Amino acid sequence: MKKLAIIATKGTLDWAYPPFILASTAAALGYEVQIFFTFYGLQLLRKKLDLKVSSLGNPAMPMPMPVPVLMQALPGMESFMTMMMKKTMKSKGVAELGDLRDLCQEADVKFIACQMTVDLFEFDTKDFIGDIEYGGAATFFEFAGESDICLYI
Amino acid sequence: MSNFDQELDASGLNCPLPILKAKKAINGLASGQVLHIIATDPGSVKDFASFCSQTGNVLMESTEEGGKYHFLIKKG
Repeated sequence: MKKLAIIATKGTLDWAYPPFILASTAAALGYEVQIFFTFYGLQLLRKKLDLKVSSLGNPAMPMPMPVPVLMQALPGMESFMTMMMKKTMKSKGVAELGDLRDLCQEADVKFIACQMTVDLFEFDTKDFIGDIEYGGAATFFEFAGESDICLYI
Repeated sequence: MSNFDQELDASGLNCPLPILKAKKAINGLASGQVLHIIATDPGSVKDFASFCSQTGNVLMESTEEGGKYHFLIKKG
């Protein structure tokens, strides 16, 4: 059986998709998959997903209308961008993140949360979904070292 | 279109949902049974061919009709 190892390091709505899309698809193709969540990637494991997307510092983000950078920093803009992004995704038939995450777990994708990050940011593990293992870099390498594909996202 | 045992309408869904839903449906089939998938995602044409070549299932038909894509997959 082929193996896919993914390191998920980012916690914004846009960057949350690639790990779950690739993991769920690989599982459907018969891969054994593990995702190691570290630093901001831990946000993807919260029971209540509340991820945001920002156009600030991201000039590549397509906008319905041009918005000057300084205006993008105004209060409420992040929530507005997030709402617009979610609306666009829904209208294009892109899966909800929580659903994709559920599909991963149903397909036996193994989730490993970085213990160091949990300690660093003083996260409460009760806020995270179940069926997660907590471990460190060595835990990740046990699987990644034998993987056919290893991705850093 | 040939006979099939089960139908999956993945219209309106985008990558990777058609594949994930098809995989689930195929899990419930016996070897040799056929799944008919309807999709609107243009990317699904290449994706279902790739899916089958990697999973040992057989893509018997891949057609387009009025903006909808139809696939017949026989479980391997």
